[in-house]
Amino acid sequence: MGNIFIDAFRQQTPIDFSDEFSRRLIKATQGGLPVSPTPYADIARQLGVSTEAVITRLTQMLEAGAIRRIGAVPNHYALGYRGNGMSVWDVPDDAVDEVGREIAALDFVSHCYQRPRFDDKWPYNLFAMVHGHNRDEVMARIEEMQAMLGDRVCSHDILFSTKILKKTGFRL
Amino acid sequence: MHTNDKRPELSRLEYRLLNDFQRDFPLTSRPFLAIAEELGTDEETILKTLEGLVERKMISRLGPVFRPRRLGASTLAALAVPEDQLETVAAMVSAYPAVNHNYEREHLFNLWFVVTAASEEEIEKVLNDIRDRSRCRLLNLPMEDAYHIDLGFPLWC
Repeated sequence: MGNIFIDAFRQQTPIDFSDEFSRRLIKATQGGLPVSPTPYADIARQLGVSTEAVITRLTQMLEAGAIRRIGAVPNHYALGYRGNGMSVWDVPDDAVDEVGREIAALDFVSHCYQRPRFDDKWPYNLFAMVHGHNRDEVMARIEEMQAMLGDRVCSHDILFSTKILKKTGFRL
Repeated sequence: MHTNDKRPELSRLEYRLLNDFQRDFPLTSRPFLAIAEELGTDEETILKTLEGLVERKMISRLGPVFRPRRLGASTLAALAVPEDQLETVAAMVSAYPAVNHNYEREHLFNLWFVVTAASEEEIEKVLNDIRDRSRCRLLNLPMEDAYHIDLGFPLWC
């Protein structure tokens, strides 16, 4: 699974979607599609283009990776996922790719990034967002990860969020 | 089961709509009809159920998740803020238009935020400004590689 994700990310061909139609399409759909029998036709009418043009462009954007996915964006907080924790790991440089892919393949991890170490107070180079219904569940999942990774990681920490102060989605 | 759980009641259909359709939403003229056929129900039921999920805020939206433009730059940054200044510094950081996520976390580095701007230079400027104004230790941790970015994840109810 991890391999699929990383390959999909790296193979993105740089297609330019900054033309007028693409920009208007992004603007019209980034807040969600209309929940109606014909969502793409509704958008097309709004933009004064054909339904076919909307579907084709969205397909191209999806294939090029400009769109990550099309689907339901669940409100995890409302669904009871309230124990989100940012886990951070210190992994030797020569193992970080392998470990990153393994972690990314875990169901309960939504994001997994490699970032630079900062200093000896912040030695972590791998970040993984771990989700669960509560803290105990997240802690149990971290233990699961620890068991899986064994001595391939040097140290780790977990940072629970206590307050969301600002969260703005991608906006044109 | 934990006492601090706040799990909502979901019908089987609601669960499947939330769980099975985070990706691969049909790019066809009647996508909800296609989903209805897959789930063995009718289009109207699907639409009504989705409307209900939106109303109850179980679903933020249904549609494309765009990747931020490749042009431009972003980074994850953190500040170690003394507890008694946290509220002031947090508000100061949130006020920057370039800051689009800002979280309080339990750690010595207790304020975590994402900065997005047109260029690295602009990010550097914002970070220097925040460092100068807050007088706090700052971590700048730009992404070096991504193994998995928000492709949806399964729900275990």
